[in-house]
Amino acid sequence: MQAFLQQLLNGISLGSIYALLALGYTMVYGVLRLINFAHGDIYMLGAFCGYYVSRVLHGRLESSLLETTTVMLASMLACALAGMLIERLAYRPVRHASRLTSLIIAIGVSLFIENLSQLVFGAAPRFFPQLIAEKQINAGGVMVTNQQILVLVVALLLMAGLNAFIFYTRSGKAMRAVSFNLEAAKLMGINTNAVISLTFALGSALAAAGGILVSLNLPGIDPLMGVMTGLKAFVAAVLGGIGNIFGAVLGGLILGLAETLVAGYGSSTYRDAIAFLILIAILLFKPDGLLGKGQVEKV
Amino acid sequence: MKRWLTLPIILIVLGLLQWGCTALLLEGPIRQGPYYYQILVLAGINIILAVSLNLTNGVAGQFSIGHAGFFAIGAYIAACISVYGGPGFHAALGMGSAQDGALLLIAIACGALAAALAGLLVGIPSLRLRGDYLAIVTLGFGEIIRVLILNIDAVGAARGFTGIPKLSNFFWVFAGVAIAILVLHNLARSGYGRALLSIREDEIAAQAMGIPITRYKVMAFVISAAFAGLAGGLFGHFTMYLHTNSFTFVKSFEIIIMIALGGLGSLPGAVLGAAVITVLPELFREFSEYRMVIYSLALILIMIFRPQGLLGRAGLLGRGGRGK
Repeated sequence: MQAFLQQLLNGISLGSIYALLALGYTMVYGVLRLINFAHGDIYMLGAFCGYYVSRVLHGRLESSLLETTTVMLASMLACALAGMLIERLAYRPVRHASRLTSLIIAIGVSLFIENLSQLVFGAAPRFFPQLIAEKQINAGGVMVTNQQILVLVVALLLMAGLNAFIFYTRSGKAMRAVSFNLEAAKLMGINTNAVISLTFALGSALAAAGGILVSLNLPGIDPLMGVMTGLKAFVAAVLGGIGNIFGAVLGGLILGLAETLVAGYGSSTYRDAIAFLILIAILLFKPDGLLGKGQVEKV
Repeated sequence: MKRWLTLPIILIVLGLLQWGCTALLLEGPIRQGPYYYQILVLAGINIILAVSLNLTNGVAGQFSIGHAGFFAIGAYIAACISVYGGPGFHAALGMGSAQDGALLLIAIACGALAAALAGLLVGIPSLRLRGDYLAIVTLGFGEIIRVLILNIDAVGAARGFTGIPKLSNFFWVFAGVAIAILVLHNLARSGYGRALLSIREDEIAAQAMGIPITRYKVMAFVISAAFAGLAGGLFGHFTMYLHTNSFTFVKSFEIIIMIALGGLGSLPGAVLGAAVITVLPELFREFSEYRMVIYSLALILIMIFRPQGLLGRAGLLGRGGRGK
């Protein structure tokens, strides 16, 4: 039982990272109907950004909490800018071309970031500095690390903030309108370009936060760390129903749990395969995802 | 010219060229002959890969990014047939070049069939839906195949598959090229090809015209996978050694670059793109670490500024209108 609870906790911790990333996929898909393949690479850039900022900052701030917060905010800001830049330079010129064109460009952008990063950062893994000293807390036989708590708290705060933004602000309302119908939103006087930029900025900032949270627990970061995680987060978004904010969180948690349980009780070699099995099952039986509503495509 | 004469004439010409290549490049006076010969054959294999992917990605407008997976299946299955079945085959029928040719044909037919079957398994769940999902599923599939091969000891696992007999050569590879181009060219001009084009242009309108879109998309995907498997069989029996490093995502991406460069949907474009992408890296070997950066940047720029590629959507004989 304790082992099971331990796996459950690890699964939720991993799942909340997937959820943070899946939110970005689902938001961009909502407004542009585009799978932003470069999203996983933004997550990687977030981790590297955090790495460089924390090396500069190290030992200059008194408390480790302040340092972690600064590192996270700086990296979120940088990635938000990167996301907006990608949208402006690569996706906006082809927004009215066929969906295939933007999909090919998205794959191109992803590969460009990965390979350029390999040249700039080097292909070897880097050791992410330990921002917070690890402490183990024994909660009734289940070992909880303070970093796991940090991951959960930060992920929850960010998701609550995103929820408040989307459902209780004017910009959030505009974002929902664009995702409902881009042309009609434009006719109602909404600056759709600004909304789309904002969507990329928010999604990328969440991905950067995910990248840093994950790096706190990882032995090292490398330029290709975003490839697999990005794909799995996309699967999580599809699982929950792509375009649906709550679906992304639910899908992320389910995927994280499934992966940890398979690795814990089955074999860890199938760990990476489970995401694709889930994807194929979802495509066969419920292509709209768990919370998605079936949409009839109109001419 | 009678149409049924086309293939025999091509085969005779290829036979003569093979003789010429052997005389000039392999045993002849040119110093780097064998090197040029190898590039020529690899260009042929890349042409088969490009024209086959062009059917799915260009003509039917579905986006597959796991072509290297089918290439790998064809290569490994064909190699298994000739490595494990070859001794028995030669014991029964004797040695000789005719027997070698027959063994190669059987091996690559099995490879192509296995790849087609894999295409069917991958295509059915993902092609029922919008094209976006195919990209993700094929990407995952390519990686899963690679990991699977790495764990099968009978095909060498991480050591690589060695001891494959050298059965393929210029003649066989370019016979494959000729067959692939003839089949795919005729297919694209048939009613079936026009139906695929209409699916690419507007799925809903195509469906309204009574085209069974899922069945047609799956058929295109399976044919494309089969030719990738054929290319794999020819590749393994030429290099005599297979390693999963030749079948990574980078290979899939290279094939996509070939057809994007030539123009999505254009058969001559795919041939030209494959030739350029095979030869260029050989000319610029000292910049090899920048290769993927340049490829990806080139892909983005092509899609933004010249989405019709170098040749546009021209047909084999320069016919056919431009796409939108």
